[in-house]
Amino acid sequence: MAEATMRIFRGEGETGKHVDYVVPLVPGMVVLDAVHSVQAHQAPDLAVRWNCKAGKCGSCSAEVNGRPRLMCKTRMDDLPLDQPVTISPLKTFPLIKDLATDVSWNYRVNKKIPPFQPRPGVEWKMYQRDVDRVQEFRKCIECFLCQDVCHVLRDHGKKDDFGGPRFFVRTASLEMHPLDGADRVPLLKKTLGIGFCNITKCCTEVCPEEIHITDNAIIPLKERVVDEFYDPLAKLWRKIRGAKTA
Amino acid sequence: MTPKYESHEYDVLIIGAGGAGLRAAIEALAHGARVAVVCKSLLGKAHTVMAEGGLAAAMGNVDKADDWKTHFRDTMRGGKLLNNWRMAQLHAQEAPDRARELEQWGALFDRTDSGDIMQRAFGGHTYKRLCHVGDRTGLEMIRTLQDRGVQMGFDVFMECTITRLLKDGDRVAGAFGYWRESGRFVIFRAKAIVISTGGIGKCWKITSNSWECTGDGMALAYRAGAELLDMEFVQFHPTGMVWPPGVQGILVTEAVRGEGGILRNKDGERFMQKYDPKRMELSTRDVVARSIYTEVREGRGSPHGGAFLDISHKPAEYVKRKLPSMYHQFKELADVDITKGPMEVGPTCHYVMGGIRVEAETGQSSIAGLFAAGEAAAGLHGANRLGGNSLSDLLVFGRRAGLAAAEHAKKTTAPAVDQGQIDEAERELLAPFERPEGDSPYQIHHDLQETMQTLVGIFRNEDDLKKALAELEGLKERAKRMRVEGSRLFNPGWHLSQDVRNMLIVSEACTHAALARKESRGAHSRLDFPKTEEEWGRKNHVIVDRSGEMTLFEVPRPEIPDELKQLLAEEAVAAK
Repeated sequence: MAEATMRIFRGEGETGKHVDYVVPLVPGMVVLDAVHSVQAHQAPDLAVRWNCKAGKCGSCSAEVNGRPRLMCKTRMDDLPLDQPVTISPLKTFPLIKDLATDVSWNYRVNKKIPPFQPRPGVEWKMYQRDVDRVQEFRKCIECFLCQDVCHVLRDHGKKDDFGGPRFFVRTASLEMHPLDGADRVPLLKKTLGIGFCNITKCCTEVCPEEIHITDNAIIPLKERVVDEFYDPLAKLWRKIRGAKTA
Repeated sequence: MTPKYESHEYDVLIIGAGGAGLRAAIEALAHGARVAVVCKSLLGKAHTVMAEGGLAAAMGNVDKADDWKTHFRDTMRGGKLLNNWRMAQLHAQEAPDRARELEQWGALFDRTDSGDIMQRAFGGHTYKRLCHVGDRTGLEMIRTLQDRGVQMGFDVFMECTITRLLKDGDRVAGAFGYWRESGRFVIFRAKAIVISTGGIGKCWKITSNSWECTGDGMALAYRAGAELLDMEFVQFHPTGMVWPPGVQGILVTEAVRGEGGILRNKDGERFMQKYDPKRMELSTRDVVARSIYTEVREGRGSPHGGAFLDISHKPAEYVKRKLPSMYHQFKELADVDITKGPMEVGPTCHYVMGGIRVEAETGQSSIAGLFAAGEAAAGLHGANRLGGNSLSDLLVFGRRAGLAAAEHAKKTTAPAVDQGQIDEAERELLAPFERPEGDSPYQIHHDLQETMQTLVGIFRNEDDLKKALAELEGLKERAKRMRVEGSRLFNPGWHLSQDVRNMLIVSEACTHAALARKESRGAHSRLDFPKTEEEWGRKNHVIVDRSGEMTLFEVPRPEIPDELKQLLAEEAVAAK
């Protein structure tokens, strides 16, 4: 029977190393299956998060051969199996154990974003053309791969000053909701630090939901920040019109 | 309280953060209760997130003739009249308000041309009734509820597992559990508890369920003395993926058929014509699952033991827009382009209609202060659930349970927590570490899944069910000697040892009830008793712990009032 070597990170807190496990291959196997096989037969205490194994929950994020991916959507037969498959935890977040990291920072950032706030007296009618672009953002399954790959967080550690792509997508979903009346533009500039993003599009590349994070969320939000803070005419015009949509 | 434990005190403790738990939490908060939500995974990852097709609510946005009465009738008929009629009535009446409420909290459903919530056809529903967002309705719902709850200020204890309910005399007093990350113990004192832990699908080998669906809440309630109801009724969804083996069981949404998908066997025959010529592919799930299974058993299956499901006659762009995750799922996992050719599908364990026995209006169980809602509770769906009725169930009865729990907490004094129960819970949790040898929980889980898959599946008979009970006895003995390696720090083997204990309880309950019901009804098909018997339609099975013995007895099904009986006898106006 064909086999593959899984080189899986094992460790806690600050320390650890990659350990090789050989697993039998099954047709259609995904990386998460291989990790489960290791768990069931070789390393019962191997820590890994997963839930649906169908690409819908965003739990099994890891770095497979150095690339941030969902393990449940990464097929073994798409990887070069003549060499070990390296699996590491997300680098951007503190390690708990093995492949599980502490992603609680994301939940704290989320709390800072003002929720959906319908405009007063609004009529609950919306048309598909108006909700299409917001539905794209609401596809997000919070796998945090975009946060993991973003160099502002990953290499520069700006967690105190920067919200990361996930929360620009979330803010965009609220800001562009056809019936929303709250203003999150100051938040984007100050708290979420959208200016740190220099649109390298790494987040878009790794998004398993294929959300056009940079083009459809971040850039339009950056434009709103520019309009609000650096373009007094546009600001005045919006005040007169009373509408916040660009 | 012993200081060596982390301890918290709340009015209402909610166990499980799927749709029902979150909706219960929101309602309890709105009524002034202090609320904690405990969940095994990260917030937003509960099994609700996987729901695809939609939320059934008779809003009449597409088919104007729809109303609660038709929804009630569809639900009761789908459940082969074994449903709790009052739950079916409340559900049908309140679902539209619950759907609109989600929209007011920020959910964005697909739209009709006139700007309302779009609704699609689904099996067993007379009219186009399912509010949906493509094929990711569950994600939209859980995200909306999660944001609402966070904004209202509930405390969430993520990655925390409850292993035991604590009691003060005959009422609940709180719960004992551990943090999955650190392995440290935690105690919750609460005046009321809502169980919303979902289903039991992980007892079967081929299942659409996530790892969390291990019957925890039902087992917790059962061990605390509560009654379980209708446990023989387990739904096998007709369409799971069958190939490649790595993806076996993953759900293929009923929305594929709702949007016009056609089922064929290997000879190209549209076989639903034989089994339900009137409703065809949109027959109820029990019928479609049995039909596919029968085709395969009689040698007319697809190459990998399923049926062909084809939507490729619809325009490719339409398929990609209405069924985006199905398109990607098949393309990425099975190398199949569903806009060009058929999928191979077969039955997968999906849902349990049975669960904790509760009062219709409040979700109150047989124990004071203990409530249940969603899949963990029983009654609404009877012998078979209609697609789309689960998401609406979560909202309608999650809200009702949260409200009742908050009201209960207002009326009651703080319960006392008994140290003896805590010590026992702690001993039980640590025991698997202390055994020098024994089976691994992974091995026991694997063997349990084999037993349930082979002997307690879609078609059942007395010999198989008796054999299953004998095998379950063996597994229970092995589970008592289960051994766990490693430390308490984020140790999935240890976590599974707790889940296995719960799965053994619910598996046994299911098998006992299946053996006792000597007829075929809805999702329960007995080869040795193939007919649906009127007499059996008047009773439900209750399972309860009597001094350590799992005991089963019959209770009369609540009598349907005459005006509703009248409704059930009528026929709806055909949809346009």
